[in-house]
Amino acid sequence: MAVSRRLLLGGGAALAALNVKRARAQTAKIRIGVLNDLSGPYRNTGGATSAICARQAVQEFGAHGFDVDVIAADHQNKPDLGAGIARQWYDRDGVDMILDVPTSSVGLAVAAVAKEKDKAYLNIGAATADLTGKQCAPSIVHWSYDTYMLAKSTGGATVRAGGDSWYFLTADYVFGHQLQRDATSFIEKAGGKVLGASAYPFPGTSDFSAFLLQAQASGAKVLGLCNAGADTVNSIKQAKEFGLKTRIAALLMFITDVHALGLPTAQGLTLTESFYWDLNDRTRAFTARVRPKTPDNWPNMIHAGCYAATLHFLKAVSAIGVAEAKRSGTAIVNRMKAMPTDDDCFGKAHIREDGLLIVPSYLFEVKTPAESHGPWDYYKLAQTTPADQAWRPLSEGGCYFVKS
Amino acid sequence: MSLGFSRAQATAMVVMVAFIIVGPAVLYPVFLMKVLCLALFACAFNLLPGYVGLLSFGHAAYFGMGSYIAAWTAKYWGLDAEAAIILGGLCGGALGLVFGWLAIRRQGIYFAMITLALAEMVYFFCLEAPFTGGEDGIQQVPRSPLFGIISTQQDMSLYWIIAAIFLGGFLLIHRIIHSPFGQVLQAIRENEPRAISLGYRVDDYKLLAFVLSAALAGVAGAAKSQVFGIATLTDVHSQMSGEVVLMTLIGGIGTVFGPVVGALLFGSLETYLAPFGDWVTVTQGAIFVACVLAFRRGLIGEIGARLKLGL
Repeated sequence: MAVSRRLLLGGGAALAALNVKRARAQTAKIRIGVLNDLSGPYRNTGGATSAICARQAVQEFGAHGFDVDVIAADHQNKPDLGAGIARQWYDRDGVDMILDVPTSSVGLAVAAVAKEKDKAYLNIGAATADLTGKQCAPSIVHWSYDTYMLAKSTGGATVRAGGDSWYFLTADYVFGHQLQRDATSFIEKAGGKVLGASAYPFPGTSDFSAFLLQAQASGAKVLGLCNAGADTVNSIKQAKEFGLKTRIAALLMFITDVHALGLPTAQGLTLTESFYWDLNDRTRAFTARVRPKTPDNWPNMIHAGCYAATLHFLKAVSAIGVAEAKRSGTAIVNRMKAMPTDDDCFGKAHIREDGLLIVPSYLFEVKTPAESHGPWDYYKLAQTTPADQAWRPLSEGGCYFVKS
Repeated sequence: MSLGFSRAQATAMVVMVAFIIVGPAVLYPVFLMKVLCLALFACAFNLLPGYVGLLSFGHAAYFGMGSYIAAWTAKYWGLDAEAAIILGGLCGGALGLVFGWLAIRRQGIYFAMITLALAEMVYFFCLEAPFTGGEDGIQQVPRSPLFGIISTQQDMSLYWIIAAIFLGGFLLIHRIIHSPFGQVLQAIRENEPRAISLGYRVDDYKLLAFVLSAALAGVAGAAKSQVFGIATLTDVHSQMSGEVVLMTLIGGIGTVFGPVVGALLFGSLETYLAPFGDWVTVTQGAIFVACVLAFRRGLIGEIGARLKLGL
């Protein structure tokens, strides 16, 4: 095939024009990267719904003289892959803020990159309290929940409600042990005691029967689950099949997991979230707005966090200007800490010096099928821990830049 | 050529070096560094099934331990980059010596199963041992300067170092294959009883090849931990053992350049498909099936066969 000179020239000119257009578009744009698990065990707790909620925030924020776009990627729960994508986004793709990043190991790996590059990093989905403790950084914000807050709410409140002897089923890795350790300290502080624990190999365990029988034999009143995702769902299912009489406290569980289990199995469980769609008029209003875009999922505290954090981030960017926001992640996050937050999901709150959002935590009990009157009507509020008591005290975190 | 390249191999070598030099101007250097580390790993792995006829299913153990040791020594002992990477390689080699000594007593599927079992033991060791940080891995590993003076903070300066390590490893493997020692290895692959009858102590040859392969895998893992500043369970997981087999198969087992092409293809898939969410793993699977069905000898092997060239 002969290629005419005219065609070549025309093609070249078109390509050049395209490049110019792209380059110009990138400079006036704030770009948000949602990095989470899109294909693995956490695809429902975060996943595509997280990006949808971030886009919802962008849409509601409206025009303020700069464009915002939201891109997403799958980190497959691999810390090195997550850190690699984060590096590329910050370096090459003009991403100004990375959002969500569930799985503690990946969350911490991305934190290291954000710190190195001085870029904003709003973590919603990772549980580890180290993000605002030993591995904190001035450009990091942690939203919605952490291991300390979960253990304090579920552990402490369950003991006060009469569940004073515990047996733990723990995923045998850092996250599981951290959760168990935190929960044990709250249980003992509240006057309860821990009768025993079974650590099971992670990942790859799907048969929990031997551990459940040990839990039953211990005579404990509460079975505490220090695991997450599919493991939590499996262990609850099997506990029900065995007819375990003990009360089950899942230390990390979301409404999306309750939906996966179904009310007949999940009824009576206690768990902690900082957001529930049916909490008040504002949360219901938010849910009504976002629901048409999320056909399979109702928002949980991670999704709500993605929405609220993005909204607050955009307010801060608007306040300091796009040029300054592009220059320094610390500058944006400092402004985010200086301004009180106000959104439909978490109400009025503030971000503490170490980057932690200070909101109340709620202990929920899962309703029985008879009590549930509509789709996703799953929780009844059992207890509220006020914002100033829900989180680890600032002085105990060990964050290096916090002056106490 | 003095290094024992045929004309076709010399041409391929020039193309590869040109790609390494021009690559960072077009592609993201950190991505290319990852590909180079994976390529060195695949080349090291290829030494065994490609030239000795031993299919190891546990190469992630050496890669991952190299990565952990280099990360740990760089972070807590403050070792320079070259010392950390050499230690990583030595650790891989030492592990290879022990595992190889056990595994080469059996052949075929039994050999593969022994290497797999030993690698699983290493995986669980890494999961439980306090120094690896379990699921979190060893994070925030500093990019320590080379020889204490050459900074590796900039991506591009580290890129040239990683490129040099890769080329060094690649030439070493090429040299091993085309040495008298390599000829004996290939004789063992073709007909082991005959090699024995000719008076070769085949176990010694196999063990040495195993140790070399494991040590180079350790170097590749150590280099990767320097690039990303992190050493994790991903590197030591059985999935990584499987991935290196696939990289080598796609590129062409028993060819010198095949594993490099396989690693490039594999790394690109993982990186450039990330935005497509659920479709990453599906697409990877489909491409593997297509490659295995259509290019039985791997991409480079197929090209070599078509052109009647040994690549």
